Amino acid sequence: MLHLIIFSVFGLVCVAGAVNLLAQRHPINSALSLVVVMGSLAVEYLLLGAEFVAAVQVIVYAGAIMVLFVFVIMLLNAGEEERTKGSRVAMLFGIPGMLIGSALIAWVLLEHSGTASVAAGALPGPPKVIGWLLFHDFLLPFEITSILVLIAIMGAVVLAARPESAQQTKKES
Amino acid sequence: MVPLSYYLVLSGVLFACGVTGFLIKRNIITIFMSIELMLNGVNLSFVAFAAQWHALSGQVFVFFVMVVAAAESAVGLAIIIAVYRTRETLNVDQVNLLKL
Repeated sequence: MLHLIIFSVFGLVCVAGAVNLLAQRHPINSALSLVVVMGSLAVEYLLLGAEFVAAVQVIVYAGAIMVLFVFVIMLLNAGEEERTKGSRVAMLFGIPGMLIGSALIAWVLLEHSGTASVAAGALPGPPKVIGWLLFHDFLLPFEITSILVLIAIMGAVVLAARPESAQQTKKES
Repeated sequence: MVPLSYYLVLSGVLFACGVTGFLIKRNIITIFMSIELMLNGVNLSFVAFAAQWHALSGQVFVFFVMVVAAAESAVGLAIIIAVYRTRETLNVDQVNLLKL
């Protein structure tokens, strides 16, 4: 019972954060509600027993990635987004579409997915076991993602660096 | 005991919110955040199914999704900075040409 209550509370917080992300017009408010979504998702992971995933969710997603987002929003001094004709049309079709889509997903899942239920902490995923899996069964994907991250770092540096000519004119002036 | 389908419904609703944000938002950074929301929704269903089938590889996949999301957001935000530098706008309606 307690399990269901905690699941419902944090599930509601999660959905409220997601809806708030859509409702807010200033990107910084959207970013902060995304942090709320990620934090409450970490609790849901803990309920499922995935402790390592929950820790990584908080550290990498709510920590690193969202700090990057907030940095960029502040760096670019992003203001409120202006409503355009295209966005009104998208809202006209998008919001009913989302409601219908969510209702359909919920109906199909609740009606047709049997009565299997998950106990609290059903599948413990301690770092030791996850690490063993990563370096034995998933060694090749792990190495490939490390190369991917290296390429991403270099790509980010190259893309975000100021163009040569702009740097020179800055030095001269 | 919480039915597995509740977790899947939560993940589906989060994914639907992400898709809607992708469609209705006009700020390029918020669109990017909607993509992260979709990835989070998928991660939840990965962990839920891992618990259902007692297969820890589901949690390892979530780890990979997070790594790829981190790489994606680093490159994507760098692209946003580059776009802002050349066009001085974050509105996707005004970013409609490939050339400068």
